[in-house]
Amino acid sequence: MEFAYGGEVRVSPDPDTCSDAQWSAYVFNRSGSPGLKYEWWCHTASGYWFIALRDTANDVVLRTLPAAAAREGLPPVTGSGAAMGSAAAEGATLGGVP
Amino acid sequence: MFTFRDVLRPSYDVVIIGAGGHGLAAAYYLARDHGITNVAVLEKGYIGGGNTGRNTTIIRSNYLTPEGVKFYDESVRLWQDLGEDFDLNLFYSTRGHYTLAHTDAAMRTMRWRAEVNKHFGVRSEAVDAAFVARGIPSIDMSCGGHAPILGALFHEPGAIARHDAVAWGYGRGADRRGVEIHQQTEVTGIRVTGGKVVGVDTNRGHIAAPKVLCAVAGYTPRLLDMVGLKTPIYIHPLQAMVSEPVKPWLDPIIVSGSLHVYVSQTARGELVMGASLDPYELHQSRSTLDFVEGLSAHMLDMFPFLSEVKVNRQWAGLSDMTPDFAPIMGVTPVEGFYLDAGWGTWGFKATPVCGKTMSQTVATGRNHPLIEGFTMDRFARYQLTGEKGAASVGH
Repeated sequence: MEFAYGGEVRVSPDPDTCSDAQWSAYVFNRSGSPGLKYEWWCHTASGYWFIALRDTANDVVLRTLPAAAAREGLPPVTGSGAAMGSAAAEGATLGGVP
Repeated sequence: MFTFRDVLRPSYDVVIIGAGGHGLAAAYYLARDHGITNVAVLEKGYIGGGNTGRNTTIIRSNYLTPEGVKFYDESVRLWQDLGEDFDLNLFYSTRGHYTLAHTDAAMRTMRWRAEVNKHFGVRSEAVDAAFVARGIPSIDMSCGGHAPILGALFHEPGAIARHDAVAWGYGRGADRRGVEIHQQTEVTGIRVTGGKVVGVDTNRGHIAAPKVLCAVAGYTPRLLDMVGLKTPIYIHPLQAMVSEPVKPWLDPIIVSGSLHVYVSQTARGELVMGASLDPYELHQSRSTLDFVEGLSAHMLDMFPFLSEVKVNRQWAGLSDMTPDFAPIMGVTPVEGFYLDAGWGTWGFKATPVCGKTMSQTVATGRNHPLIEGFTMDRFARYQLTGEKGAASVGH
């Protein structure tokens, strides 16, 4: 695999102030439904971690961002890959690359 | 085989979403054991067209946790007379099941599993390399020289069955008792009022129902969104493939965690083969060449003489994975909404016991004792049921 999957980008609640329920929800729960998601990916040959916005319904990558974007705040995700029309058509597949 | 249903009634006592093995088994036992027959099973595709028809049909109970061993052992017991129950040949075939160990660490896990299994009366033994060589005379014990077999967990009751017939048998049995199975009927919404389920919306109209059982495998998160529940379930595809039919030569079921292979030979001679999950989330049942190449290479490590055998078909299903490799079952915070999910890559063998336990759970509104280790609230309590060590292949 040229790229390795690192899971969805998730924002941790403050462990000092959040409730037990909030913390266990953060630790375990996932957004399991298909849709546009910011995800961690690693270019394995170079060891470079980055963020990709990918539609998990059809495996199309819409854009990529540097890892620092996770700290600075990611642009909101709206709509689905299909609804984004030409953007989806221009996207490339990360996971499909052997 | 089934009554054609063209009229969806305005209300039922129970609605079951998903006419796979699990949903139909629950319908069957609701009708047979609990006398609840005013039941609709809704299926957006066709009977048994999801993971029931996509798995590699292996049945075993050699798990790692006491909760798992007891649960799957009951399932294996239920499997034994299922064909007679249905008056349908399930081609249930007890083969013996080897989980190969190629490392000392794997041997340690095999001994651990064998001891837990034996404690609960399940026939499993940690065996040495000589035992494996006698039991599988055709295997290359060195696995191409790079993964020598040190021993195995041998599980005598390991079996395979014809998966489609399981769905048909449960479906027909439920149908004959008055349960309605509605195919091409997709649930588009679930109505909840005051924390209670009141009905479902479908592409064929609204149905009122005080109890809804969700048994939809890879579609579970989408259904949970409809009732506003969050779980750890995540979806990855799982692929499998089958060879052309060849003369019978492989009697037992072989699993190698290190080589990421599980294989058995069907009654008609095909080799049914599977491997590990695809490595990232995807809600598509597409097939990849990567998968066939990788799995074939590992098959040839064990059985080099298969190099001329052709692969006939490959396919995929959507696995609803959980962090501890145990299912998520039972009552939920939404009253009347019951879940049979998180069946990931291990659900087929559990079909009978899931039907049995979920039907009782739905009928009584209380979790069946056998599923208490699998409830949804275990994550908030950090009381996971760690079953990953008993998964067929490394993940």
